[in-house]
Amino acid sequence: MSQVGIIGVGQSAFSRGYPGSIRELAFEAFQEAMMDSGVQTTDIDATVICSSPEYDKQRSPAGVIAEYCGLTPQPTFYTETLCSSSSTGLKLAYALVESGLHDCVMVLGFQKMSEISSAESQERMGRGADIQWESPFGTMMPAYYAMHARAYLDHFGVTEEDLALIRVKAAFYGQKNPKAGFKKVVDLETCLSADPVSKPLKVFDCCANADGSSAIIVASEKKIKELKNEKPVWILGVGAASAPVNMAGRDKFHGLRAAELAGQQAFQMAGLKPSDISVAEVHDCFTIAEMMAYENLGFAKPGQGKDLIRNKETYAEGSIPVNVDGGLLSKGHPIGATGGSQIRTIVLQLRGEAGDMQVKNPKYGLVHNIGGVGLYGNVTIMGV
Amino acid sequence: MADKKKKPEIDARFKKFGTVSFTATTKVNDFIDYLEDGKVAGTRCKTCGTYYFPPRSQCYKCLDKTEMEWFVVEGTGKLATFSELSYAPVGFGDDLPYAIAVLDYGDYKVFGRIAPKVPMDQVAVGKEMRAKANRLPNGQLNYVFEPA
Ligand SMILES: [Zn+2]
Repeated sequence: MSQVGIIGVGQSAFSRGYPGSIRELAFEAFQEAMMDSGVQTTDIDATVICSSPEYDKQRSPAGVIAEYCGLTPQPTFYTETLCSSSSTGLKLAYALVESGLHDCVMVLGFQKMSEISSAESQERMGRGADIQWESPFGTMMPAYYAMHARAYLDHFGVTEEDLALIRVKAAFYGQKNPKAGFKKVVDLETCLSADPVSKPLKVFDCCANADGSSAIIVASEKKIKELKNEKPVWILGVGAASAPVNMAGRDKFHGLRAAELAGQQAFQMAGLKPSDISVAEVHDCFTIAEMMAYENLGFAKPGQGKDLIRNKETYAEGSIPVNVDGGLLSKGHPIGATGGSQIRTIVLQLRGEAGDMQVKNPKYGLVHNIGGVGLYGNVTIMGV
Repeated sequence: MADKKKKPEIDARFKKFGTVSFTATTKVNDFIDYLEDGKVAGTRCKTCGTYYFPPRSQCYKCLDKTEMEWFVVEGTGKLATFSELSYAPVGFGDDLPYAIAVLDYGDYKVFGRIAPKVPMDQVAVGKEMRAKANRLPNGQLNYVFEPA
């Protein structure tokens, strides 16, 4: 097998209320990735456009965005796995390149969530769960993750304060990330005294919606040599799994099965183990999601994720830095762009270009990106 | 003039499920009749013995050999997890505050709501509860969990 590498990354600023259309929003990440890679549009053989379509008025946005970016007449594909759409897009791009079908593929994720109200958005997100059997009870994303949180805290005797420590970390790094939507420091007391959203999750346990875009350019080893690209980041492992959508179909609630399985696949493919990872981006749509990720990925044993955050092991100087770009909790969460943003962060880290957020000499990086409430799990391992 | 051609009537019983239903018709519409009758029901494939909750009419293990029957959810289950919401999606605001939960019956689990009259300080993971058919103030039907 020849290797597949990432040769360009880009991301728009994540914000509330982007003053432009979806094609313009997508273009911001596209432009940055093109300039980062130095390739021409004629070098790109295909695009994978990623978003969650219920936020868009435009039907089938892939063609519209590909054209706006000057990527016609090349083929374009559209992927959707809710919040993990663009890491699913990366896996598709990997397969397209590894198969030899294409030499260079752009993965472009975007979401403009601000055109609908927060309540409408929550209702749409709730419909990312089982609309026939769960939504009629009045469900929302925070409530589902809150059910995982309740089970997790009770099962392992972990406290709400442990969850709050994750937000404190996210806020600490969010202020260092120029592209984050939320740049304020948050202290423990503020997190703990905030109003409940869905118990035990409170306001600061939850990330905010955002508008944003991300772009990743993937190429074959041969193409990378042709282009004389000197800083490729290699894709070493791609794992993906799904889980029952209805909570009644889950065998446990103190972890996400799809994340565990995707992690195992990615580690096996890469021939690496959790302790080999130098820096990770995990899907922290809620604080509980990061806590479960520590354990589902094998960075901590079940129930011991709390020790990682209490001992600051997931800070930049710790044994396994996690979300040192502020995570979704600080950046904001533009559904279709989120996975690509996580991948960009790890690519920058592995190149040593992460600025104030840089960890020391990372060799291998990992991205954990979850769609829905653990409905989809994608884990990607990269290295230099 | 010829009689107007009669359209076949659509069986949309499932519109009655929950505060707001997002599904009008399903092959398990009889679920609504069970609720009307005060019962919560799932299905079981007689061919392979699999219990399905939520109910379904099709078995992916048995395909054309499937023989599906209804069963009534009886006895008690253990509360696997729950959460009380402070915000609700559009259309559910009048129900606040309410709690959603999962009851584990062993052979299957049931996702639903905790009965509004149950004080939340008496609810904990592991509590024995039972699922009960319920009529909502807006005339719709659902089921709720009550202490055993
Ligand atoms: Zn069967």
